[in-house]
Amino acid sequence: MKQADFVSLVMPFKDKVFRLAKRLLVSREEAEDATQEILLKLWKNSKKIGEYKNVEAFSMTMTKNFCLDRLKSKQAQNLKIVHSNYTDNNSSLQKQVEAKDSVDWVSKIMEDLPEQQKIIVQLRDIEEYDFAEIAKMLDMNETAIRVNLSRARKAIREKLTSTHKHGIK
Amino acid sequence: MVLNNIEILIEKYNNAETTLKEEAQLKAYFLSDDVAPHLEHYKPMFQYFSQSKQEQYTKDVPLNSKKTKLYQWISVAAVAVLMIGLVVPTFIGPSEQEKQEALLAYNQTIEAFNLISLGMNEGKQQLNSLTLVSDNLNQGIEVAGHLSEFTKTTNKIFKNK
Repeated sequence: MKQADFVSLVMPFKDKVFRLAKRLLVSREEAEDATQEILLKLWKNSKKIGEYKNVEAFSMTMTKNFCLDRLKSKQAQNLKIVHSNYTDNNSSLQKQVEAKDSVDWVSKIMEDLPEQQKIIVQLRDIEEYDFAEIAKMLDMNETAIRVNLSRARKAIREKLTSTHKHGIK
Repeated sequence: MVLNNIEILIEKYNNAETTLKEEAQLKAYFLSDDVAPHLEHYKPMFQYFSQSKQEQYTKDVPLNSKKTKLYQWISVAAVAVLMIGLVVPTFIGPSEQEKQEALLAYNQTIEAFNLISLGMNEGKQQLNSLTLVSDNLNQGIEVAGHLSEFTKTTNKIFKNK
């Protein structure tokens, strides 16, 4: 497999890999490193790539495992991933007001979800995979995925409604 | 009518029973401007979903790792060739031609040595003749001694006269 073939194969889903990594690792830099790592791993195994039925699903599984490992090692070191994506809330009143009813709030809510639910919401609501694909990627059955997804969506809704009402009153 | 439909869909959505098509419908509805007030709080959620789908990976990935690996192996290959060069001839030993050449060289040197020893012997013989000469000389000197003795006695005779 030549470099051009590989790039054209990887192109369609490299952003998805990156977004999943960012969902789990939060920081942009970490997610970039993870994506690079995943793509390099794929490139190293590019000879075997033809054997995989679904390279995209395989890459997403790899990404998930890689990021979870990464998080585990960070926790073991008792280090929190440093991320600079979010500006300080106290920096300006303007931004504070904006953040309250803007979409930033949703990302913060999602950060509090358990990892499993984060992954599922990412794959379903953002990347729009169907349940069969997600089941293959995560090696779970579809019912378990539905249950997790439902919980995650309800949790997001709960938090959104509570802040929304809070905003009014 | 539309609102009713959306409410049913959102219920299904929360139970994770919607299909991708229905979810697309929901997204389209919540991304539009006229969202019913009591469903307003879903809006940021769908906005966020569609926004985060825009995010892209922009970094370049260095894929030319294969070439550098080849360069690394060149040194290993060089060492291997060197080792083979050192080890293999000792196992194989000299060839037939080399043996003949070595024999020839040996014979030539032996011949040269023989010539030298011949020369040496001739020189030695010449030395022998020299010693003969010196012997004769000594005899001559002895004879000369006799002569001087003879002259002494003749002198004495002349004095007595």
